[in-house]
Amino acid sequence: MSKRLVFFLPFIAIAVMMSLFGFALLTGVNPQEMDSALEGREMPAFRLTDVNDSQRTLTEENLDGDPYLMNFWATWCPSCKFEHPYLNSLASEGVRIIGVNYKDDRDLAVTWLRDYANPYDIDVFDPNGDLGFELGVTGAPETFFVDSSGIIRHRFQGPIDSALWENKLKAVYDAME
Amino acid sequence: MRWSNRLLVAGLLMMSLFAVAEQETLIFDNDTLRERYLDLTQQLRCPKCENQNIAGSNSPIADDMRNKTYELLHLGYSDEQVVSYMIDRYTEFVIYQPRLDWGTVWLWLGPVLALLLGAGTVTWLARRSGSEPPDELSADERTRLQTLLEKDS
Repeated sequence: MSKRLVFFLPFIAIAVMMSLFGFALLTGVNPQEMDSALEGREMPAFRLTDVNDSQRTLTEENLDGDPYLMNFWATWCPSCKFEHPYLNSLASEGVRIIGVNYKDDRDLAVTWLRDYANPYDIDVFDPNGDLGFELGVTGAPETFFVDSSGIIRHRFQGPIDSALWENKLKAVYDAME
Repeated sequence: MRWSNRLLVAGLLMMSLFAVAEQETLIFDNDTLRERYLDLTQQLRCPKCENQNIAGSNSPIADDMRNKTYELLHLGYSDEQVVSYMIDRYTEFVIYQPRLDWGTVWLWLGPVLALLLGAGTVTWLARRSGSEPPDELSADERTRLQTLLEKDS
């Protein structure tokens, strides 16, 4: 290595850093995005009630069976309203969706499901966000892809629409057993 | 009059500061628990709000995490256990101080390596220039130098 080349080392280091930061800036890396801690883990235990029946207790065992999507929603959440018709069409295509009404009011939830149709196979009522906390939910809507052995395969934050489903999420759902 | 107005404004500003600082009134079993709670809520990062700790954020999730911290402390969890509990659910995103593992060990090793590399380069450069002996003047050059020096003086 020649002596002159050594003096270029700092410039090379700066160029490398600038390209790294420039890459992050241009490709729009989202600093708010965080992975889910739950992917690859089992559905946590919970004990909550049914949205439509406060006397009916639901636990993780009620969810056993076919793979399902667990969708966290609330009547206070505008994106959930946007997402709801698409969930209805997914359900009519035979996708099993479990709804978790998150930090909401029971009466409001019941009215919503009556007015906008109910795509959910099971309606879990989570008024304090306990199940949400166990699953690392930060807001609604959030959707978990759970296979038939109760293992969480994927977590999706934000509303699902047809483009997202066709391009990305359908493959995740179809891959589950 | 002006001065009293300014005083009033300053007073109101300070009051609003206190209002922010005193978000909630929690009752603790003892002062140690209170201190640990305050400490932990400063250390944990809100998952929804990039660069605020859960003590300083009003987002619902930060509120949940504060409540959970309070609850776990009263259940007898140690500080580390509370932090692991949060990491288990919200990933290492929620801690500011990274944990030591193979992915993060470079944060500590990197600066040391950079220092060593720099020191190495400097010594190498110094030794190289030091080891080159100054060129000896030939007899011709010596006489020429002598004449030049004499001419100047």
